[in-house]
This record gives sequence, C-alpha cells and structure tokens, in this order.
Amino acid sequence: MAEEVKTPASPPPPEGEKKPTAEKSVSPAPTAATPVAAPPSPSPPTKPAAKPAAPKAAVPAPVPWTSPLVEKYRSQYGSGLEALTYLGQNYFSVDRSLIPNFLRLLRDEEQFDYCVDITAAHYPKREKQFDVLWILYSFTRNERIRVKTQIADGASIDSSVGIWATANWLEREVYDMFGIKFDGHPDMKRILLPEDWKGHPLRKDYGILQQDQEWVQINLGIESGQ
Amino acid sequence: MNDSNVVSSRAASHLELETPEKPYLDSNELIINMGPQHPATHGVLRVILKLDGEKVLGTECVIGYLHRGVEKIAENRTYTMFNPYVDRMDYCAAVSNGLGYCEAVEKLLNVEAPARAQYIRVILTELNRIASHQLWLGTHALDIGAMTPLFYTFRDREEILKIFERYCGARLTTHAFRIGGCQYETYAGFEKEVTNFLSFFAPKIDEYETLLTTNRIWLERTKNVGVISAADAIALGVTGPVLRASGVKWDLRKAQPYANYSKFDFEIPIGTNGDTYDRYLVRMAEMRQSMRIIEQAVNGIPEGPIMGKVPKVIKPPVGEIYHSIEAPKGELGYFIVSDGSTQPYRLRVRPPSFVNLQALDVMVRGLLVADVVAVIGTIDIVLGEVDR
Repeated sequence: MAEEVKTPASPPPPEGEKKPTAEKSVSPAPTAATPVAAPPSPSPPTKPAAKPAAPKAAVPAPVPWTSPLVEKYRSQYGSGLEALTYLGQNYFSVDRSLIPNFLRLLRDEEQFDYCVDITAAHYPKREKQFDVLWILYSFTRNERIRVKTQIADGASIDSSVGIWATANWLEREVYDMFGIKFDGHPDMKRILLPEDWKGHPLRKDYGILQQDQEWVQINLGIESGQ
Repeated sequence: MNDSNVVSSRAASHLELETPEKPYLDSNELIINMGPQHPATHGVLRVILKLDGEKVLGTECVIGYLHRGVEKIAENRTYTMFNPYVDRMDYCAAVSNGLGYCEAVEKLLNVEAPARAQYIRVILTELNRIASHQLWLGTHALDIGAMTPLFYTFRDREEILKIFERYCGARLTTHAFRIGGCQYETYAGFEKEVTNFLSFFAPKIDEYETLLTTNRIWLERTKNVGVISAADAIALGVTGPVLRASGVKWDLRKAQPYANYSKFDFEIPIGTNGDTYDRYLVRMAEMRQSMRIIEQAVNGIPEGPIMGKVPKVIKPPVGEIYHSIEAPKGELGYFIVSDGSTQPYRLRVRPPSFVNLQALDVMVRGLLVADVVAVIGTIDIVLGEVDR
C-alpha cells in the first residue's frame, strides 16, 4: 500500500499534455519497452519485486509505436501525427486538421471497417480542452487502434457518419454529453437527455449533483430530481 | 391534430424516405408512437414509426428514459466502488459486465487474475450467457405470440440463478468478481451443481427447439424478417449474435481472447441470411457452445488462490486503455482514463445494445408493424444498457 501511494505521484497528472515528454524521457529505458511486446505474462511476477528497488521503472508509459502502418503515414503527415503504444495498445495522436481524411484513409486503405466507439474526454485546464477519440477495429487485420485529437471548447469537428454509419448515434452521444458539435452530421441533436436540457453532464465543470432545475420543475412537476 | 403535427414534423425532419414527397395530409401516411410503455419494447423504448398503412417507411428511436449517468457516476467513485454499478447496465448479463470492467481495470494496473479465478469467471460468465439467451428467447417468442417458451426458459433459467445466488448471494446484480480476481471461493458442491445443470439443460434446449425450430408460425414470422447484410452490419458497428447471423465469423473470445478463453475448444456459430430466424439459430447454437466451455472449465478448474496481487487502494498509473469482451449481446468495451488517482478520470462504456439498436431502422424498413416487434426482440436490447 505504501509504495502504491508513491509510484503514481512521480508522473505529472495532466494526462494529455504529458504524452510527448513522457515518451522522450522513458522510451530508451528497456524496462518500459518489454511489457509492450508481451504485456500480460511477465508483469505480475516482476512488478512487486521491481517496485521497492526502482519504482520509476515499474510505471509504464506510452512508447513510440513502430509498424509499417505508422511508417506509411508518418512520411505523409509528418509532425501532425504521433504514433504511440501503451500497455500493448496502439494509438495515433493526430492534428485536428487531418481528421476526416485520415479516418477515411484508415477505412479505405487499411481496412479499419468497424468503428467500435467514438467518445471524448474533458481536460478543463488544457488550452484545447477536449480529446475526441475513435476506437477502430479491422476484421481483416484483427487489429484495434485508437485515433485521438484535441479540440478547443466550442470548436466543432468533422463528422464521420459518411465513413462509418455507426458514427451517427455515437457522435450524438458525444454532443449530448460534452457539447462537441460534429459538422456534417445528418441529425446533430441530443440522444440520451431531453432535447431542451441545458448543460452537458460529462464536462468536468458539471457537478455530480447538478441538473437542469428548470427543466425538472416544468416537465416533472417536482422541485428537484435529487 | 395539433399533437400529431408536432410529432410528425419532428420525425420527418431527419427521416430519409425512399417514397417521393407527398402532401402532408396524405391519408396513407401515418406517424404513430410505439412505447415508451409497450410490452414488446422490453423496457422504456419509444419508437416513432412512419407508416403507409401497415408498412413501415421509417423509424426513429427515442431513448434515454433510463439514463442514470453511469459514466458520470464512475468519475465520482473509486474503482472498487464503481464495480457494482456495471451490473445495472445490462442487468440480464451482470456477470459479463463485471468481467469486462474488472479485466479493464486489471489491464490498467497491469496485473492478471490467478488461474483459478479465471476459471470461475469463465464458468459464471458462460452460465450468464445462457441465462441471457434464455431470457431473450422467452420474451422474443412471447412477442411473436408463442407463450410456452417463456415458461420453459424461465423455469430453466432459475437453475442458473440459483447457482449465482449460492455463489455470491445475488441472482441478477451479482457483483461476482473483484478487481484482481474473485472475492468468493466456490461453495461446497459448486462443480457438481454446475455439471448437474449441464446434464439438466442439454435436453431442455432440444425442447425449446421442438417448440420453435420447425414451427410453421415461427418460420413465417421470422424467416426473411429484419434482414441485415454483413456489410450493413459492419458499417453500423453491429456485433454479437446479430453480426454472426449475417455470416461474419467474429467473436472476441476467439479473435482477441481475453480471460482464459484460448484454453477452451468451441465453435463460433454463424448464420447465412442475417434474418430473424438465423439470429434465433445462432443464439440457440451459442447456448450449446457455452455448455461446452463450461464443461471444459469445470473439469479443468485448478486449485490455487482466487485473488491476484492487487493493492487495497487501487490507483492505476496515469494512462488510458480500452478493453472489451464478448458480452451476450455483442462487444462490451470499457475505455478508462486514469490520472493516477483512486477514481477514474473518465470511464466510457461501449454498450452493445446501444450500437445494435441503431440498426433497427435499416432492419424494419418495408416490413409490417407487427414485424417491428419481432425485430426489436431479435436485436436483444436491454434498455438499462442502451441508456446507461
């Protein structure tokens, strides 16, 4: 228990900003690279033993992801694209301007024909407050990747409904929960909450007990839903 | 009159109709509400139907009646505290939800459950898959007009729930697993009871099949109803038995094995037509395959600890992961962002029911109103998971 308190304190907490620096500092260490090759099996025995001696080495961090797929697009997009891997899971961190085209390329040329999920995360302290994420899977490759990009509060992003039909409801949910609008979506409106609800609950500035008091009073005829 | 105006203008704004633009007061076109309180929607689902007589021209689902903000709750609970909440999403398959969540957090912690815990997990999860399919079969058949299967399936499902109850004290919202393994050792006679269930249940599936598989009414109501092609299913992100019935041989237990599924020998049943009947056959075959897995697991269950080396206070290192499992209804995924604290910074549930329900519109266009009921049943949704 005591060492558990120590270890997470070493990396800086803001999650999205940390990536580039962490990648540079930790990637040369061989300990960080080994779990990537075979993540589940070696870790349980090594972890408890390694921790007291060198707690820093035990903390996994994203390392560069190299594969033919990455090489192909790195030459094309250069600095707008970053490929990382964490605990054996690969993801692209891309510039927002690449978004509709890069996703389309992944589907058309790399057979990522199944869009598993589209979601977002809110980092209010960052300049670009939101991470938008696409989780993709390819049946032919049996491979799963994530693509993520950062956008500012109030900014919109291009819809991928034209690429994967399933994006329709998934993007509506992101809009409902975070207020991120998708340009070119055929039916950009709320999906889970009532249409005239105010606020987007999964933003960090929306409290756990917060609700649209006015909506509740008018539509449910009660003082408060709490 | 006024009321119908409101509904229709709302529905018409986004429905892409194949029929040419008609005058508004065309007596052939009718917009009706199905649900939210409707026995065949399996919960509070509202479907706005645009009809030409009995024929469905388009639909819109209105969901969210059961929205509890599970993802927001997760951000305000510790990893351990959130564990029971996942049972309340797909409450017909609580064990699967728990397995997915525990494995996702274990992945984030980079630990693995011990072998014995893995076996217990697989046995309970597969039992739950059977229970979930039984519930689906009973209610789906009831919607179409066959009442007997409901009583048969509920009678037999009871045996599974009894095993759950004796194992963890709960029948539906089991909270059976913990991060790092299982909390409870199996009770005395667990293996025997599971084996007894297998021999009890094998003839019961045949019994269900004698009621339905060659039943003429069943065939009429399900064959070529709600057809979805493999290409459409993939584009719409449909997973689980619905995808497999369209001929895509894809099951996460085989494609990207989790837990210890790679140790077991089983088949992935697939269909060819992608219609309601094929989905029925696929799920029936899946129950038999689950029995095979359970049998192998019960016979191979090793001795040993049931809890891995997990700290009492769970604080995963900074990072994000996505982990998914093959739940009875399709791919159930958890995307977790950790900021190094005891609570998830962001936890996203990728619900199979939610994504599969989106295919309803494609599946019912051109069918009759009565078929909508059959198609909702065949997708096998649980509104607790759709709305979360």
